Amino acid sequence: MTYKLLGKNFTPPDIEGKVTGEARYAEDFRKEGMVFARLLTSPLPAGRIVSIDYSEALAMEGVVGILTTEDLPQPAAPANPSLASDEITYLGQPILAVAAVTEQIAENALEKIRIEFERRPFVVDPLDTLVEGGPNPYPKGNTLVRNGGAAAAGTTQSGTDVAEIKWSRDAVNAFRAGRDPGPNVPWGNEWEFGELEAEFAQCTAIVEEPFVTIGQSHHALEARTGMAYWENGRCFFYGSLQSHTIGIPALAGMLGIDPANLVFINENTGGGFGGKIFPYPIMAVTGHLARKVNRPVQLRITREEEFYIGHARAGMQGWLKMGIRADGKVGAIDMIVIGDAGSGGGASGPGAANFVSLMTQPNAMRFRGVSLYTNTTPRAAQRGPGENEMATALSPIYDKAIKMAGLDPVQVRIQNAPDSSGTIGPQRGTLTGSWFPQAIAQGAEMFNWEERKQLSGRRNGTKVTGVGVGMGYHSAGASGYDGLLRIGTDGKIYLHTGVGNLGTYSYAAVVRAAAEALKVEWEDCEIVRGDSSLHLPWSTFQAGSNTMFTEVRTNNAAAQDAIRKLKQIAATDFGGDAAEYDIDGQRVFKISDPAQGLTYAQAAQRAVELGGEYSGQTYPEDLNAITSRSVQGLAGTGLIGVAKDTRHSGTVPSMTVGFMQIELDTMTGKYDIIDYACVADCGTIIHPLGFSQSMHGGGVWGVGLAGYERLVYDPQNGLPANVGLYQAKIPTYLDVPKNTQHGATNIPDPQSPVGSRGVGEPSQGCACAALASAISDAMGGHQFNRAPITADMIVNHVAQLDHFNARNLQTNTF
Amino acid sequence: MPAFDNMPDMELYQPVQIDDALALAARLAERGWLVGGGQDTYGWIKDRNKRPEALIDLNGIESLRGVRETENGIEIGALTTLTEVATNPIITQRYALLSKAASVVASPQIRNAGTLAGNLAQDVRCWYYRRGLDCYRAGGNLCYADTPEAQNREHAIFNASRCVAVTPSDTAPALVALEAQMVITSTSGQRVVAAEDFFVGPDVNIESTTVLRDGEILTAVRIPAKWANAEFYYEKVADRNVWDFALVSIAGAMRIEGGNIVESSLVCGAVQCTPRRLTSVERAIQGRPRNEATATMVAGMASQGARPLNQNAFKMPLMDNLVTKLLTA
Repeated sequence: MTYKLLGKNFTPPDIEGKVTGEARYAEDFRKEGMVFARLLTSPLPAGRIVSIDYSEALAMEGVVGILTTEDLPQPAAPANPSLASDEITYLGQPILAVAAVTEQIAENALEKIRIEFERRPFVVDPLDTLVEGGPNPYPKGNTLVRNGGAAAAGTTQSGTDVAEIKWSRDAVNAFRAGRDPGPNVPWGNEWEFGELEAEFAQCTAIVEEPFVTIGQSHHALEARTGMAYWENGRCFFYGSLQSHTIGIPALAGMLGIDPANLVFINENTGGGFGGKIFPYPIMAVTGHLARKVNRPVQLRITREEEFYIGHARAGMQGWLKMGIRADGKVGAIDMIVIGDAGSGGGASGPGAANFVSLMTQPNAMRFRGVSLYTNTTPRAAQRGPGENEMATALSPIYDKAIKMAGLDPVQVRIQNAPDSSGTIGPQRGTLTGSWFPQAIAQGAEMFNWEERKQLSGRRNGTKVTGVGVGMGYHSAGASGYDGLLRIGTDGKIYLHTGVGNLGTYSYAAVVRAAAEALKVEWEDCEIVRGDSSLHLPWSTFQAGSNTMFTEVRTNNAAAQDAIRKLKQIAATDFGGDAAEYDIDGQRVFKISDPAQGLTYAQAAQRAVELGGEYSGQTYPEDLNAITSRSVQGLAGTGLIGVAKDTRHSGTVPSMTVGFMQIELDTMTGKYDIIDYACVADCGTIIHPLGFSQSMHGGGVWGVGLAGYERLVYDPQNGLPANVGLYQAKIPTYLDVPKNTQHGATNIPDPQSPVGSRGVGEPSQGCACAALASAISDAMGGHQFNRAPITADMIVNHVAQLDHFNARNLQTNTF
Repeated sequence: MPAFDNMPDMELYQPVQIDDALALAARLAERGWLVGGGQDTYGWIKDRNKRPEALIDLNGIESLRGVRETENGIEIGALTTLTEVATNPIITQRYALLSKAASVVASPQIRNAGTLAGNLAQDVRCWYYRRGLDCYRAGGNLCYADTPEAQNREHAIFNASRCVAVTPSDTAPALVALEAQMVITSTSGQRVVAAEDFFVGPDVNIESTTVLRDGEILTAVRIPAKWANAEFYYEKVADRNVWDFALVSIAGAMRIEGGNIVESSLVCGAVQCTPRRLTSVERAIQGRPRNEATATMVAGMASQGARPLNQNAFKMPLMDNLVTKLLTA
């Protein structure tokens, strides 16, 4: 289908501000009388506070107030508290906040506070708490359990509680040695489909490999600084979320107010990557401190604090057994993941298992997993949680099995990749549509795989060539949110969106679906966003690559509602039935006599005169309360298009394939990425530049996950070693390929009105998998069993010092 | 453990004459802190892990900048930025070893601000020490990096003595290889120390990596003509290609006559607390051609005597490999 706006590049309205520096982030806002807050964070990985004496700090000139756990409701473990006291579970956990007229005074005051701690044993490696007799990260245990009864009694948060799960020392030792721990160990999560043993029996190539992925901190460039003030019981909060209006109820809940009394301003967000999907605990400190001191408060979060409280990707210690039949069909997969959930949040084993089930479509599969807490920074979703780290682990193992079967890595991937009849997970859930086999074939052609694979192992002095292929996936769609637009009496189209501006420009791309449906010029449109007082709809969360699917549905729904009203108004004025009218050129007109019609400006004026649903005096009952209030605020100002989206069915699969060629110096362990090509099966591309940036940016992230980024905690004292951008080893401009190629199948998703899906997360997964595959290939198929694969590991392998790399599945190795 | 990042109150002196700076340094002694480019200063002070009472900002002293030709080589002012060292025509033409080393320090932004003296005199980067732990180097009585569970991939494999931190400087190995001399000035006068002697290990002084004493300022670096236009090799292996410290680096200067190496000066960085001169390799390759056969002959020699910690054994083959690359480039 040919579109007027969709599929074309455009300049999102916030670009200029970001180039000139005029774009405002939470830290840029000021308010008269504003004071500055600083945090005191825990020096211990585990313990409790016996006493705090902050009298000297509070008496200092310039100090205006201190917020402690006594000022905030304390959620029960394992909920991540805004401030901790009785259960400190990671080093760097916030304990209190001091507000002062300058930051310097606030920091000086922190040095005057005396705290008596009681230490508890701590643990930083999941297997060290899983083993019998090992320390627990929480006083009550090391894993999350669902406890509906306790939740009903109000003693836990969200029906969860902390309990203990342990394995025998023999089982843990077997697992550390890369073997199935045996039949007599408890699991937190397990599922199976198909006849596992029977399928393995029919496989001619069976491989078993352990793997470790260590997780990475989010390191969003914009730390989660917030500013808040109160006026007449209303809180005005300037924050940094990936999403916007979907965060309002939770933030209002943190502040103990009705969502109607919260104005949330978030014009720009400097990255989130899964760590800022929803309101996070420290936002409660900003809001409550502002209320307590009765002054505007800015709580600036430093780079170091952002590491502590900014969450990280979960880590995995796993084992995978994979069987391939002689014809290349993946017969069976058996998989174990011990997930590192940090001191809170969730591990990603289930997501990893779903990924494997989708990408390889095995006849039979078993997954067994345990999610364990450790005394490390809380974990949260990070770009393809579970999927992307599993893609990195899977790719070399898949290659090994394929090589053992004597087959081609690309052909086997094509053979087993899901098409539209593919399924995912233990329920064998359906897909909205998939053309992933075509995407792999397209990528192979773009990369010239048949010729490139001949380069595998080619020597050039001390350098050797490796080629690799990897696949990425994420579920990329939701539905059921609200769309809202207004045709003003000035004829302009005001596209209201509650989508957050997390830097991808998806907020702008999706509202163009409404403009497209209304057949208007883009110059006549204005995007209304970033400040909930501007009357924004209830929109989806900006995560999971879902915005491009979910929000074109809501915008289309709002546009269709507006079109219906335009036609009805025209029919009212010119006679006949609404079906006899059409729109174009920013007019609604009679099809049989186009001269009879109204401009959009005239129609909007008529909507105001007619009132009722036309101008928002009435609205659908099924709207979210946030949308309803926004419509109330807009009522009488033009023609209102507003609707709640319907529901879709099936998983919306966004999938990518990446191909990488590297040249690896066997003397130094360093490598150059010679070429990288990737292709996405992510529906219709509605914003080519946005798509391009996703594929490039995801590629950079992929290089980081597979080759560079660190998350190391010292087992001796619980100290994190990778605080900050330097120590975390985020790849730099000179570590990633200068030129990359990317493409798309561009086949529309059948359940998106314009065919689009997002691709943010899978664009990383295919790159990290391709790099892991290429490094392994350069090393003759060697399995490093760990991500990232770093220069020292390669040097060790070449020097036949692999025993220094194995490390018994330890997570904390530099 | 608050995450401090505001500068605490302290005195600030901004002399524009070297004599004034020396007088301040003498008067303030251990209470003062010399700052040039600030790349090793502000982190320490904003973290409040070092607490000097006064900063002596040297940036107003123009005489400490620039590259000058001397009767026997060149003299580089202490405040000359690393970018200037990397791009100065005299250095790039005659002492490309140093310009190469300077060009791979950290990142372009840091090289624009950071100075040669700062790169040489910077403190060690052991992450335990930098986190403010009470280790030997910080005046305590233990080392967190030298234990069975320590995260010590980046630490020393030679000459540990209570502390296992390594020299972080990229230019130091090059200057040792070039047999540079450090000009150290104080109110008492001037002393000139060979680069190889300028750096000291923890066995000599566990709280400082150089021979600089309170009241002294490293004012210039002199490079003799001896190694001008020699054959050079420099390679830094780091995790990242920019904004990183070396896992291991090598700097080599060689004189080749009649197809054979008549003299060489080979130095490794990041394997011990000071730049490590590879004297056994230098002796072994003397009189032999710079080729693969010679590299094979000395294989493993560089790392002999190394005592790796639990996570840094890779530095041994990496050292040896860099010697091979130097000899076969």
